[in-house]
Amino acid sequence: MAVFKRPNMLIDVPLHYCPGCTHGIIHRLVAEALDELTEQDKVIGVAPVGCAVFAYNYFNCDMYEAAHGRAPAVATGIKRVQPDKVVFTYQGDGDLASIGAAEIVHAATRGENITVIFVNNAIYGMTGGQMAPTTLLGQKTTTSPLGRSVERNGNPIRVSEMLATLDGPSYIARVSVHDVKNVVAAKKAIKQAFQNQIDGKGFSLVEVLSTCPTNWGLTPKEALNWLTENMIPQYPLGVKKEV
Amino acid sequence: MDRQMMKGNEAIAEAAVQAGCRYFFGYPITPQNEIPEYMSARLPEVGGAFVQAESEVAAINMVYGAAGTGARCMTSSSSPGISLKQEGISYIVGAELPCVIVNMVRGGPGLGSIQPAQSDYYQATRGGGHGDYRMPVFVPNSIQEAVELTQLAFDVADQYRTPCMVLGDGIIGQMMEPVRMPEYHGRKLPAKDWAATGWKNGCGRDRAIINSLYIEPDRCEQHNLKLQRKYDLIAENETMCEQIMMEDAEYAIVAYGTTARIALTAMRKARADGMKVGLIRPITVWPFPTEIISSAAKRVKGILTVEMSLGQMVDDVRLAANGACPVEFYGRTGGMVPGVKEIYQQIQQMDREHRKEEL
Amino acid sequence: MAKITIDAGRCKGCGLCIDACPKKILKASDKINAKGYHAVECAEPEKCIGCASCYMMCPDCVITVER
Repeated sequence: MAVFKRPNMLIDVPLHYCPGCTHGIIHRLVAEALDELTEQDKVIGVAPVGCAVFAYNYFNCDMYEAAHGRAPAVATGIKRVQPDKVVFTYQGDGDLASIGAAEIVHAATRGENITVIFVNNAIYGMTGGQMAPTTLLGQKTTTSPLGRSVERNGNPIRVSEMLATLDGPSYIARVSVHDVKNVVAAKKAIKQAFQNQIDGKGFSLVEVLSTCPTNWGLTPKEALNWLTENMIPQYPLGVKKEV
Repeated sequence: MDRQMMKGNEAIAEAAVQAGCRYFFGYPITPQNEIPEYMSARLPEVGGAFVQAESEVAAINMVYGAAGTGARCMTSSSSPGISLKQEGISYIVGAELPCVIVNMVRGGPGLGSIQPAQSDYYQATRGGGHGDYRMPVFVPNSIQEAVELTQLAFDVADQYRTPCMVLGDGIIGQMMEPVRMPEYHGRKLPAKDWAATGWKNGCGRDRAIINSLYIEPDRCEQHNLKLQRKYDLIAENETMCEQIMMEDAEYAIVAYGTTARIALTAMRKARADGMKVGLIRPITVWPFPTEIISSAAKRVKGILTVEMSLGQMVDDVRLAANGACPVEFYGRTGGMVPGVKEIYQQIQQMDREHRKEEL
Repeated sequence: MAKITIDAGRCKGCGLCIDACPKKILKASDKINAKGYHAVECAEPEKCIGCASCYMMCPDCVITVER
């Protein structure tokens, strides 16, 4: 008999995310991947600053909460002391692509043997919907009220493509969780990213396109459609690097 | 062990290794570069790891990661780099992680100069980063003492779950002196059952959450009060200060680190010339030897504080003296070092003015 | 036979499972739960094929599917 239920690595408590926010799906995929690949006491996770700041309340293992953007540096410190542990960071786009840009680039180029789950929803969620480095051109946010423009705000950043140019990473992929088929594909990529670490292959990152119904001002269903129609053209899905 | 000539930075690094430090995360900045250089060669020999971080910000956050596992780890930098580390230091304090931070202070503000200074006293003793916190700060006046205090700093850090700072300057870091590397014995320390070493249901401890976030204000206040109780305990048990010829002193010089060595020579010259001068040398500047200075202030005619700054520690001296005697200040800054003659003249002047008042 | 269980007390009524269900047997409840949401419910449990699409799309991990 097949049973689809909350994985052991996801603590049995309510998640604080807004209704329809796909962070919860991504949490579940990470937890399932860890359940399937390793042991509970082999895992140490690092939560970011942003909507996932409370991730330490959800992942059922020893956890850190890092300063904004610094999760890859924190994970480096953990991994250098405990190379036998499966160390992962879970970071949003403001955390990873803006304030933590240096930390992610250098953890990647060092080939630090960690797994990074990068949740890209094109906005700062926790602070109330400000423009993110990943905000699309034309997208209205509370700090780009007229829509993001190249002249005023510069261009959005494609993190996966950028990191894929480096020699350090062993695996970089962009996935989405806007429908069942893509959720299944996302799970496969996340599992690969953890398997690589277990196999000692070095830095792996999975960028997961995610929704923010609350700050996008859309219903959960509309948000999935908006992601499909607007984010995927800017952020094409697929494996960007695999060694 | 025999005495050997060692450069301050290298001696501090070796002392740390002998105290069990196995992980170092740093970034180049003058005048502390010999510490990361030494560690990059030495730590792999003892099964540790060295990472040259992409920035001081990253380095201190690597320390946060390593310290959270319970490993002895450290970073070092100099003034501008320490400013960058303040965010991470505040998080380390909040998460109650032990580590050692070496700061070879240089002239400021901004890029300043690379020569010795003590102008980061406020930053070191008032916390430096955001939040209501303190951090033990050890201020060696010789390489021998730097070695001993570095090892002590690891013990104090572990005992109280706090970052500790060893505060030197370019002179302490760069000069060579004979050093006897002490055999490290260390204190009896509590088990690190809080460390993130891998957890599973029923493993005998709570799940480790290395964290400084207390979103409910009442819990955040409770956390701060807990930290404060820890600081009270540290102040009670860990304050260190040397007093030289203070028994019959009519005047006291208060100086720390490099400045205290110069002040000592000036003091001896004054003694030779018949002036009854003593020296109070804080070895920790937080916790500050308030009681020693407070009690001295009631006995002496005046206190002269000498610093390589435009007057920072003098605030603490004045608070301790609390008006019991005049507290004068002399300082050089920006990388300039006060000479024996300058300090001697300050003592003479203080003496002259006092005599004038007595007439 | 497939069986779907919904922890209605934790459901935020986002409806992602309703759209994901190929059999269209999930719907928002008329009642509100303790959190103030119209939690999802399975209107025709006998028609559930156990595909777990609802489980896959549930952001709150409140759905269990057995087959």
